[in-house]
This record gives sequence, structure tokens and C-alpha cells, in this order.
Amino acid sequence: MVTLSQTHRTIDAIWRMESAKLIASLTRMLRDVGVAEDLAQDALVIALERWPETGIPDNPGAWLMTTAKRRAIDLMRRTKLRDQKYVEIARGMEYKEEDIDQALDGEIGDDLLRLVFMTCHPVLSPNARVALTLRLLCGLTTDEIARSFLVAESTIAQRIVRAKRTLRAEKVPFKVPTGEQRKKRLSAVLEVIYLMFNEGYSATSGDHWIRPLLCQEALRLGRVLSEIAPHESEVYGLVALMEIQSSRFKTRVSATGEPVLLMDQNRAKWDRLLIRRGLAALKRSQELGSTLGPYALQAAISACHAEAPTADETDWIRIAALYEALSRATPSPIIELNRAVAISMAFGPSFGLQIVDELSGEPSLKRYHLLPSVRGDLLVKLGRFGEARTEFQRAASMTRNDREKELLLNRANECES
Amino acid sequence: MRFMMIVKATTDSEAGVMPSQELIDAMQKYNEELVKAGVLLAADGLQPTSSGIRISYPEPGEKPKVMDGPFTEAKELIAGYTLIEVKSREEAIEWALRMPDPHGYGQGEIELRQVFELEDVVANPESLAKEATLRKQVKEQKKGW
Repeated sequence: MVTLSQTHRTIDAIWRMESAKLIASLTRMLRDVGVAEDLAQDALVIALERWPETGIPDNPGAWLMTTAKRRAIDLMRRTKLRDQKYVEIARGMEYKEEDIDQALDGEIGDDLLRLVFMTCHPVLSPNARVALTLRLLCGLTTDEIARSFLVAESTIAQRIVRAKRTLRAEKVPFKVPTGEQRKKRLSAVLEVIYLMFNEGYSATSGDHWIRPLLCQEALRLGRVLSEIAPHESEVYGLVALMEIQSSRFKTRVSATGEPVLLMDQNRAKWDRLLIRRGLAALKRSQELGSTLGPYALQAAISACHAEAPTADETDWIRIAALYEALSRATPSPIIELNRAVAISMAFGPSFGLQIVDELSGEPSLKRYHLLPSVRGDLLVKLGRFGEARTEFQRAASMTRNDREKELLLNRANECES
Repeated sequence: MRFMMIVKATTDSEAGVMPSQELIDAMQKYNEELVKAGVLLAADGLQPTSSGIRISYPEPGEKPKVMDGPFTEAKELIAGYTLIEVKSREEAIEWALRMPDPHGYGQGEIELRQVFELEDVVANPESLAKEATLRKQVKEQKKGW
């Protein structure tokens, strides 16, 4: 016996599977992502009313599409083609009405790609891009997005409404950019996905160390993107990076909830399947690009760790070299800091400390807790415990993550004995 | 959450009869859909049990019994699997329902099983002990290399 709530849960699942395709196809017809989403939602509401009685149709995606399209036609009749926008919509509809199947099937990948370029458009703030992408491409509810970011649902709802309004006001086209523009815009898309992933992977505040939903969604979206933009080296680079980082998802926190550093993690529990997938994506990225981009380089670094059977066997010389390449591709003090760690592991702590000391005047690292934390670590290795303790205490006062703070204070205390 | 869609063996799959081109095409299309949706983690078809080996422990504490295939009772056997990562149990069922009938002659059967997540077992002291052993083994393996 199928209960009503069971049917609703099934419809939720179908929505998650179909909504992005639905919204993408409707946006192509209507040229307005806001209206497209409304119509797709209308179709969902109708499904929620009817399916519990009629049963779920054999091809629920096509059913939702047809229903949404009918709503689109109704909408146009109601407005009687009064304004120019709907005349254009009507033109698009006439053209597309004949082949729903094609709209659902053939060009769907292209439509999804156009949609992701739209939701990740630079006219939107980074926060708005993430929220809109999660909503339209991942099919998450406003509530789910709000919970993932630990903010009020109304905040996310407003952010999404405003984002759609901005896209309309700025007349952001539903198309994949070409030429030089494409490269720039693609990196904006990748940035949104990685932001999403990182938000889930390393919570910046509160005691939630991991917020897995965002990581899973980012990874899934990355995998989708690698299918619809299959010739982009950096897309595979980002997928590789996320797959490999995800392989350590469950070893990052101890049974008692404390964070476990990469070198201390139990490698036997790393997810071999994800590592294999990550290495395959990295290989593909290397085949597609003559020089590796920032994501592929980070993935290559991550791969060095994944491939080392034990922490002691890590190829630090290679990692140091990759960090140098990364530092050249995207110069940043944070990458320099990481390079310092790699150099110290490869050639000794005093070499690493030199680089760290050069970074001490860096204004952008003034509030970055990992600078004193790394410095403290190197000082411990050099036997300078007094100085190390001060650094760990400083780092602890800078982090907003409760668990990390605890870890750092413990290290400070260890320096005393 | 991860689910394994297990395709059960049939008389044909056990006899090594290749599936029809139509079914192969349909399966391929289905797998592409899974890939495009970003949910496919792994998928493989298995050789018939005629090349399989079964290891059983009829006597507790005694040496295992090793038996060469083929094995009987096709419905109890596995012909292939597809591992997917989805957000809900319902989504897994929906994907499984979209898989083509893996046989077509009334013997087609797909079994859907959820994969244990680490957190499902981690609180168990027994599994924590196991993990420590595993860690030690990895260390010793390393020494052997």
C-alpha cells in the first residue's frame, strides 16, 4: 500500500532529478529564468495534486515538461501577447511546440550549460550565484540551502528573488559565452561550484565541521558539468580535486568529533572508489590541457597524498614543485604558505620557516589563523617550543571554528611539557 | 547515500548468452543518463558463475570449503551491479525503476541495497577495534614493500 507521504517523497525525488532539465528547457523557450522556474513549480504542484490519485506516470519528466508548457501557453493567452517579451516567448513556443521530446532530450545538455552560465553570471554576488545554482541546478529547496549555510530561510529566499530580478534587469542572455569570454566565465562557474564544495567541506564557523549536502551537490554538479562541457581541462581538474578531497570526508573527523589533520588520517578508510575516480578525472584533465590550470594543479597535489600508502611516503618534493607551479598560475599568499609547508617537509623546517617569515608582513594574512599555526608547527620541529606556544595561542584566538580552536590550544599546551 | 542496484542472474546470463543488441543499447543509454545526472559511481557486469569460485565455512573454526562454479539457482546469483550516489531512498528507487528490464523473458530482477555509511558503524566499539587492526596491517604491509 503506497501512502500519500510516500508518494510525496517520490515526487520530491523526481523533482530533484528533473527540475534542472525542466527549468533549463523552459528558460530556452521563455528567455526568463524566473518565469521558467515559476512554471516548473506550477507543474510540480499539479503533479502533487494528481499523482497520488492517478499514480506516477511512466515518464514523469516528460509529463512535467508537457504540463509546464501548457501553463506557458495559458500564461501567454492571459497576457494576450500584450508586451514585447511575451511576443518573443510566443515565437519561441511556436518554434518549439512540435518537438517536446527534443527539448527534453537532444539539446538538454546545452540548455543545462546555458543555465549554469546564467546562474553563475558575474552580475550576481558570489553568495547569490551559489544560492541560485543550488536552487535551479541542484533542485534544493530554500530550506535546505538555508540549513546548509546556517542562515534564515527568508534570507536565502530573498537572495534568490533578488538574483532572478537582477538577471532580468541586466538582460543576462541564455547562452554559452564564446572565445576569450568563455574561459573567463567558465572559471566563474567553477568558482561557484568549488565555493559550494568548500562551504560544505570546511565550515568557517560554529561547531559543524562538515556539512555534507553541499559537498555532494557540488561534486554532482561538477560531474554533470564534465559531461556537458567535455573538452574543458579545468572542469575535470575541479572534479578530480573534489573527488579526491571527498575520499577523505569521513576521516577528517574523529569518533569524538575532533578534526583530524591530513597526515594523521587513517588512510585505510579513505574512499578508494572516489580516489580512483579522482585520478581518472585528473588524467583526463591532463590529456585535455597543455598546461595544467589551478584546479588541476590542486588536484595533482591532492593526488600525491592519495597515492602515498603512508604519510611518511608522501612525495613532498613533487608537491613542493606543484605548489610552485600553482603559485605562478595564481599567485596568492595562501598558496605560498602551503608551499612553505611542502618545502619544509621536502627539505627541512628551516627552509619552510624562511618562506613563512617572508609572509609575516602580508596584510591579507593578518587574520589568517593558519599562518601562526604553520609557523608554530615549524618552530616545534626546530625545537623552539616557547615561540611555538605563542604562535599556537595566537592562531587559536583567530579561528572561528570551535573545534579547531580546541585543537590549537591543545598544541599550545603540549609545547609547555 | 549510496545504493547498489544488483542485477540478478538469469538462465541466459548464466549460460553465457549475450544480451540482445536492443538491450545492450538500452542499458548503455541508461548508463549515460546516470552519468549525465552525476549519480553514477561504478557499474560492472559479471561473468557467469561457471568461472566463479565459492568459499564457504560449513564447519565453524575449520578450514573453508572451496568450490568451483557453476552454481545453481539463478535467482540467487548476481550478474552485475551499478553503484549510485543519491540524495534519498526514493531517488534510488526512481533510478532503479528507469533501468531497462535486464532480461525481458520474465526473469529480470533488480535488487536495490543501501550501502553502509561509515557513521552507521563507527560508534560500534567492535568496528573501532577492527579499524585499529586494519591500520596496523597497512603499516606492516608498508614494511614488507
